[in-house]
Amino acid sequence: MMYVLITFAPLLGALLAGFFGRSLGDRAAMLITSLLMTLAAVLSWVTLYQVAFGHSPAHVELLSWIKSGDFAVSWALQIDSLTAVMLVVVNTVSCLVHWYSIGYMSHDKAKARFFAYLSLFTFAMLMLVTSDNFVQLYFGWEGVGLASYLLIGFWYHKPSANAAAMKAFIVNRVGDFGFALGIAGIFLVYDSVTFEAVFSATPDYVDHTFMFLGYEVHTLTTICLLLFLGAMGKSAQLPLHTWLPDAMEGPTPVSALIHAATMVTAGVFLVARCSPMFEYAPDALAVVAVIGATTAFFAATVGLVQTDIKRVIAYSTCSQLGYMFFAAGLSAYPVAIFHLFTHAFFKALLFLGAGSVIHAVADEQDMRKMGGLAPHIRKTFFMMWIGSLALAGIGIPGVIGFAGFYSKDLILESAFAAHTSFGEYAFIMGIAAAFMTAFYSWRLLFMTFNGKPRAPRETMAHIHDSPPVMMIPLYVLAVGAVFAGIAFYGPMTGHHWEEFWGEAILILPVHTALEHAHDVPTWVKWLPLVVSVAGIALAWQMYIRNTELPGSFARTHQAIYQFLLNKWYFDELYDWIFVRPAKGLGRIFWKRGDGQVIDGFGPDGISSTVLKLARRASLLQSGYVYHYAFAMLIGVAVLVSFYFYAIGV
Amino acid sequence: MHDFAIALPEIFLAVAAMAMLMIGVFQKPGSDMGLVSWLGILSLAVALVLVVTGEGDNVSFAGLFVDDPFARFAKVLILIGSAAAIILSQGFVRREGMNRFEYPVLIMIATLGMLMMVSANDLISLYMGIELQSLPLYVLAAFKRDSTRTTEAGLKYFVLGALSSGMLLYGCSMIYGFTGSTTFGDIANVMQGQEKAGLGLVIGIVFLSAGLAFKVSAVPFHMWTPDVYEGAPSPVTAFFATAPKVAALAMFLRAMLEPFGGMEADWRQIIWLISVLSMLLGAFAAIGQHNIKRLMAYSSIGHVGYALVGLTAATSEGVRGVLVYLTIYLVMNVGTFACILAMRRGDRMVESIDDLRGLGKTHKGMAMALAIFMFSLAGVPPLAGFFGKFYVFMAAINAGLYYLAVIGVLASVVGAFYYLRIIKIMYFDEPTEPLSKPIGMELGVLMAVTAFLTAAFFVVPGVLVNGAAVAAGSLFP
Repeated sequence: MMYVLITFAPLLGALLAGFFGRSLGDRAAMLITSLLMTLAAVLSWVTLYQVAFGHSPAHVELLSWIKSGDFAVSWALQIDSLTAVMLVVVNTVSCLVHWYSIGYMSHDKAKARFFAYLSLFTFAMLMLVTSDNFVQLYFGWEGVGLASYLLIGFWYHKPSANAAAMKAFIVNRVGDFGFALGIAGIFLVYDSVTFEAVFSATPDYVDHTFMFLGYEVHTLTTICLLLFLGAMGKSAQLPLHTWLPDAMEGPTPVSALIHAATMVTAGVFLVARCSPMFEYAPDALAVVAVIGATTAFFAATVGLVQTDIKRVIAYSTCSQLGYMFFAAGLSAYPVAIFHLFTHAFFKALLFLGAGSVIHAVADEQDMRKMGGLAPHIRKTFFMMWIGSLALAGIGIPGVIGFAGFYSKDLILESAFAAHTSFGEYAFIMGIAAAFMTAFYSWRLLFMTFNGKPRAPRETMAHIHDSPPVMMIPLYVLAVGAVFAGIAFYGPMTGHHWEEFWGEAILILPVHTALEHAHDVPTWVKWLPLVVSVAGIALAWQMYIRNTELPGSFARTHQAIYQFLLNKWYFDELYDWIFVRPAKGLGRIFWKRGDGQVIDGFGPDGISSTVLKLARRASLLQSGYVYHYAFAMLIGVAVLVSFYFYAIGV
Repeated sequence: MHDFAIALPEIFLAVAAMAMLMIGVFQKPGSDMGLVSWLGILSLAVALVLVVTGEGDNVSFAGLFVDDPFARFAKVLILIGSAAAIILSQGFVRREGMNRFEYPVLIMIATLGMLMMVSANDLISLYMGIELQSLPLYVLAAFKRDSTRTTEAGLKYFVLGALSSGMLLYGCSMIYGFTGSTTFGDIANVMQGQEKAGLGLVIGIVFLSAGLAFKVSAVPFHMWTPDVYEGAPSPVTAFFATAPKVAALAMFLRAMLEPFGGMEADWRQIIWLISVLSMLLGAFAAIGQHNIKRLMAYSSIGHVGYALVGLTAATSEGVRGVLVYLTIYLVMNVGTFACILAMRRGDRMVESIDDLRGLGKTHKGMAMALAIFMFSLAGVPPLAGFFGKFYVFMAAINAGLYYLAVIGVLASVVGAFYYLRIIKIMYFDEPTEPLSKPIGMELGVLMAVTAFLTAAFFVVPGVLVNGAAVAAGSLFP
C-alpha cells in the first residue's frame, strides 16, 4: 500500500494539476503537487529504512498489462535496495525542486502546466525504477524522455528551447532504438522479459552465440551493449552527449531535477539493475568503462572554458556520469550507485544555487556579466561553496569529508584496484578530470561571486537573496551534500555491501575492484585531494590574483581554446555527418518522392484524372436521340461480337 | 380453370384504377386531384395487404403468371414506392399546374404493369407487363405538357423505349426459335442436360438483356436517364427512380435466373460488363453535374451497377443481396427526393446543387436528413447504404468474382466524392439566398421516416435480410 502511494501520488498530482489546473487555480495546483511529492518523499525514506536496512525486499503485482502467447508483462512494483535508493533520490530531489519552483516560477504564466509536467516526470521515473520487467522499465524510460522533452521546451515561445527539446528527443531516439532492440533480443533469447526470469537464466547463456553476417557473436555481450546504448543516450555519454548542454534551455529547477539528479542517472541505474547480465559479458563491461572514463575526461575539458553558468554545471554532470559508468564498468556497481546518490544532492544543490543566482541577476546566465555578487547574496554564495566542495570531493582521507569525497575517491580507488588496463585508463582519466573539476568549479565561484561587478548598475541595485521557499530546499540539499557520504559510505560500499544490496546487485567473485578498493596504497588515497586542491589553487591564481592570465592564455593557445570552446566540434561533426545528409535525403524524398511521385500519381494525379474522365463522361451526353440510340446499338453489337468470338461461329 | 385468386392484387388494382378514372371523369372539371390521390393510395394499401396475405409458390394462367415469395417481396417494395411517389407529388402538382386527376391514375396503372412484370413467368407476359408499365411512364414524363423541356424528355423516353422494346422482342423471338417455348420453366427444361447454349440462343439472351438493361438504365443503355430525370417534373423523376427501378431489376433477376439459371457461365459476361460500366459511369459522370436531379440520375445508374453485381454472382446469396440493396435504395431515394422536392424559393422550384449552400444553418432538420441520405448513398457505415453494398460484394466474393468486387469498391470511393460534396456545400458554404420554408407536412414526415430507417437499419438488419433470403430462395428451387 505504501509503495503504491509512493508511485501514484505524483501521478495524481500530475493529473490534478494538468487537467484541472485551470479550475483549481495556480496556487492550489502548486500546493497539491508539492504536498503529494512531500508525502512520497517521506515515505521513500521509510521504504529505504525498511527495505535496505531491514532487509525486506517487496514485490507488488498491480495488474496484468500485456498477455499475448508466451509474452506476458505486468504492472508491478519491485522494491529492493536498489529501487529504495533510487526512490529516495528521485522523490527527495523532486520534492525539494517542487517547493523551490514555487518561488522560482512565481513570475511565470503557466504554473499549473509546469507542476503537472514535473509530477508527470516523477511518476515516469518511479515507474522506471520500480519495474520488475524490461517493458515497464521501457515505459518509464520513454515517459521520462517525454517529460524531459516537454520541460526543456517549456518556454515554447523561445525557438532555441524548442530546438533543444527536439535535439534531446532525437538524440535519445538513437539510444532508445538500441534499448528497444536489446529488449527484443532478451525476449528472443530468454522467452521472458521479467528481471527475475532473465537474471536467473543468464548463467546458462554464458557461451551462447549467434551468427550475424557470417560472424559468430556472443549473445550476452550483444544484448548488454544494446542496453548500454540506451543508457548512453539517456545518461549523455559519448558520443550521445550533445543534447545535455542544450537541455539547459529549460527552467533551472528542471535542470536540477531531470538533467542532474534523476533522469540522466537512469542509465547508471540500468547498468546496475542488469548487473547479473553485465557480469557475464566482460567485453560489454570494458566498453562501459572506457566510454565512461572518456566521457568523464572529455566533459571536464569542455567545462573549463564555458561561460554560461548552467552549461558549466551541465558539463560537470556529464563528467560525473562518466565516473559512475566507469565504476559500473569495473564491476563496482555499489560505488556507482553510491556516487549517483551523493551526486544527486550536491549537483541539485549547485543547480538550484545557480538558479538562485540567475533569479537574482534578472535571468542572466553569462558569468562574464556577473562578478562580485558575494556580498549581496551571502546565503546563496555559501550554498554554492558547499556544493562545489562536495563536487570536488574535498575531505581528509580516513578522517572526514564532503559527500563527493567518499563516493568519488572510492570510484578512483576501485579503478586503481581493478588492476586491469581499463582500470588504469579509467584511473588516469578520473584523476585528470578531478583536477579539472576543481578548477572549473572554483572558476565558476570566483567569476560569479568575486571580483568587480560586471552586471549593469540597475540590476546590481536589485540583487537580493531568494525567498525562503527557494532557500530552504537549498539548505536541505546542503545537509545531504555534507553528510550523505559519511552516513551511507559504510552500509552501501563497505565490506558488507552485500547485506545492504541483497539480491539487487551481483558481482562475480572474479571481479575484485570493489573488494580491493579499501586496501589501496596511501598515495592513491591522497592523490585526488592533491589534484583537487591544485585545481582550486590554479583557479585562484587565474581568476583572483592575476585576472589577465585567462585572456592571454586563450590568445596564445588559440587552437586548443577554440577546440574546447566548441566542445571538441562534436555538434559540427554530427551536423556534417548526419544532419545535413539526412536533411538532403529528406528533401529528395519530400520533393521528388512525396511531391512528384506520390502526390503526382496519387491524390493529385488521381483527382485530376477523375475530373478529366468526369468531363468526358458528361460530354457523352449530347442530348440527341439518335446518339443515344446509336450507343445502345453499339452496345448490343459489342456484346454480340464478343460472343461470336467467345463461342465461335 | 385458372386460379384467379393468385392474381388478386393485380385484379383489384386494375379495377380500382378504372374506378378512379370514372370518379375523376365525373368530378367537376378543374377540381382538385386530392380525392383521387388518396383513394389511389388507399387502393395501393389494399393491394399491399392482398400481396402480403398470398402464400406459397403458385403458377396460373397457363404458366404465364407466378406468385412466389420473390414476387411478393418485390411487390411490397413497388407498392410502397408508388404510394410514396403519390404522397411526394401533392405539393408539387398543385404549385406547378399539373393538378389533374389522371396523374395518380397513371401511376396506379404503371404500378399494375410493374406487378405484372415481377410476376411474369413467360416472355409474353413479361413483355405485356413492361408495356403496361412503360406507356403510363412515357405520359407521366411529359405530363407538364406546356413545358418544352418536359415534353422533350417524354418524347426521348418514348422513342428510345420503343427501340429497346424492339430489341427485347427480337431477343424473345430468337429464344423461342432456339428453345421452342416462351415459358420460363419450359426453357429451363429444354436447356437442362445441355453442355453449352448455342450461339443463337446466347444472342437472343444478349438482345433480351439489352432490352431489360434499358429498363433498369444500365450502361450503355442508360443514355435516356439523365435527360429524362432532369426534364421530367420532379415528382415524376422521384417515381422513376424508385418503384420502376425495383420492378425492372426484380424482373431482370427472374428473367435471367429462372429460364437460364443453369447456364450462367454463358451470360455472366454480359451482366459483368454492364455492371462494371454502370458503376464506373455512375461514379465518374456524376462528378461534373450541377443539377441535383441529373446527379441523382447518374447516382441511380451507379446503384443499378452495384445491384447487378448481385445478379452477376447468380447465386441465392447474390439475389438476397440485390433485394436488400433494392429495399435500402428505395428508402434512401424516397428520402432524397423528398428533400429535392422541398427545394424551392417562393413558388419556384430550384434544382441546382449550389442552391443547397448553407442549408445546414437555415434548414437544420432537412440538412441533417439529406446528410444521412448522402452518407448512406456513398456507403458510409453504419448507415444502411453500406450494408446494401456489403451484401452484394460479399456475394460477388463468394462467387469468386474478385475483380468485380474490387472495381465496385473503387467506383464507390470515387462516387463518394460527389455525395460528400453536397454535404460540404450544405454545411461549409455560406448561404446565398435561403430556401423557403415551410417544407410541407408530407415531405417532412417522409424525410424523417426514411432518414430514421436509413440511420437505424444496422440495429435490426435481420428482419430485412432474412425476408430477402426467403424471397431469393424461391428463384433457386
